[in-house]
Amino acid sequence: MFKGIMEWVDERLPVTELIKSQATEYPTPKNLNYWWNFGSLALFVLIIQLVTGIFLAMHYKPDAALAFDSVEHIMRDVNWGWLLRYLHANGATAFFVMIYIHILRGMYYGSHRKPREILWWFGVIIFFALMGTAFMGYVLPWGQMSYWGAAVITNLVSALPVVGQDLVVWVWGGFAVGDPTLNRFFALHFLLPFVVFGLVILHMWALHAVHSNNPDGIDLEEKDTIPFHPYFTIKDLYGVGVFLIVFCAFVFYNPNFFLEPDNYIQADPMKTPAHIVPEWYFLPFYAVLRSIDFLGTMSKLVGVIAMGAAIAILFILPFLDRSPVRSFRYRPISRALFWIFVVDCFVLGWVGYNPADATVFGGMPIIYVGRTATAIYFSYFALLWLVTALKVEKPQPVPKSL
Amino acid sequence: MVTQQDDNRRDFLILATSAVGAVGVAGAVWPFIRSWSPSADVLAQATTEVNLSNIQEGQMITVPWQGKPVFILHRSPDQIAAAKKDDAETMRQPEKDADRVKDEKWLVVLALCTHLGCVPQPVGTGDYGGFLCPCHGSHYDTSGRIRKGPAPENLPVPHHEFKDANTLVIGKAVG
Repeated sequence: MFKGIMEWVDERLPVTELIKSQATEYPTPKNLNYWWNFGSLALFVLIIQLVTGIFLAMHYKPDAALAFDSVEHIMRDVNWGWLLRYLHANGATAFFVMIYIHILRGMYYGSHRKPREILWWFGVIIFFALMGTAFMGYVLPWGQMSYWGAAVITNLVSALPVVGQDLVVWVWGGFAVGDPTLNRFFALHFLLPFVVFGLVILHMWALHAVHSNNPDGIDLEEKDTIPFHPYFTIKDLYGVGVFLIVFCAFVFYNPNFFLEPDNYIQADPMKTPAHIVPEWYFLPFYAVLRSIDFLGTMSKLVGVIAMGAAIAILFILPFLDRSPVRSFRYRPISRALFWIFVVDCFVLGWVGYNPADATVFGGMPIIYVGRTATAIYFSYFALLWLVTALKVEKPQPVPKSL
Repeated sequence: MVTQQDDNRRDFLILATSAVGAVGVAGAVWPFIRSWSPSADVLAQATTEVNLSNIQEGQMITVPWQGKPVFILHRSPDQIAAAKKDDAETMRQPEKDADRVKDEKWLVVLALCTHLGCVPQPVGTGDYGGFLCPCHGSHYDTSGRIRKGPAPENLPVPHHEFKDANTLVIGKAVG
């Protein structure tokens, strides 16, 4: 019966062939390690966010006078509303954890190198879109952190020469962040996840055109691959299980761990909280922005450019790395640089979390730590290019096949 | 058979069609872009009137104007003297205190840090006796001038007039 129906469908739309070639029998490197789980986990979180988000939108009111109360209404009155919101709020955090690990995995094993540049670029674009989506989503509860986070980030636009001031008024739809801003952010926050979903399809199309990289970073022969099903369906499912244990631990036992208490105070355009911090996933970039404060009137513009460049530099990463070997497994200097870079990202995050005028280590202004860490962040990319272009690094021998 | 002339004709037609299409799309996009600009009701909230009689010397209040906070500081003789004395200092955006106030007892400034738009904390919180922005540590003096930190410019002085001794009008009516 089922077979008959599928034959009928396949004559008109080759579904079975697509599933076979792109999913069940899709050739996958047999040496993929657990770092390769985070792509499918990111997709899993995207689906959580889409489903919870659509149901939250059915109860939320994008109006400056009603938004804050409507979120409390969801928390207190809507059946299971607290669960939808906590899943969604913690889902944002989970999404960035997955994405950051996914990106770092690609950087370590050289997954951005030829012929996977376009695959990588779609990934970077998804990352940008995700940051925009998360930022606008954080504005919607209309708490103090929502409001002032929005004020600070939208003000970045005003740093642009000549058109900056007019442009920021256009973004706000007023002379400050207000009701028009909230309304349009809601519309865009609803739209962007579907754009991200489309980009994910392009990302996977690009992946399936060139196939997965692997921990050894070598081009594989057919004998080195195994079918995706059942080997990786089961491995990805296992990853989902482990992820859900950790995720649910936060959702059910510490749902406000990543949220700021100040955001449970309704937005007040007349008063900035004493210490505003962005969400943790923006902290390293926020620290880069704040570290540029020594250029007088140019500080703001250069700070904004540096912050954008910290992410945009990922676009040219495939061309900065000149080594004949992809995987850092066989590249001791690159590997050392990589781990310095990872630690540096945490340092930047810590700097971003602290107040701008904080002092650390017995009296040293934290801004010095921020400047140093910013320099190290960009040095990673410069040094990676230098040690590979000048052949300073001698890669260890790479296996021909698995 | 396609001649050279036909080819030229087709090139021209494709070019002309594309050009008309591009102009049409650009024209159609304009209303959508403009729909994001401040609407008529937002533009209508152009002025704010403030009663000054209850603000004691050394005190300040924050009033909303066009949805933005404005500091009104009734400056003490010390604060005025400090602002004037610093006229001679080197500054990021040099301005005389006298050019920033209409009546030296009253400082009226837009309370949005010129760095990224946070509201600075009340007078006396920053170095130089003025305002400290909590977000990224910009210090403004008792004339609202930027003295330290990442902000590029002084706190702007909005258009304001004293209607009578006790009434201040901030902003200019538009339209």
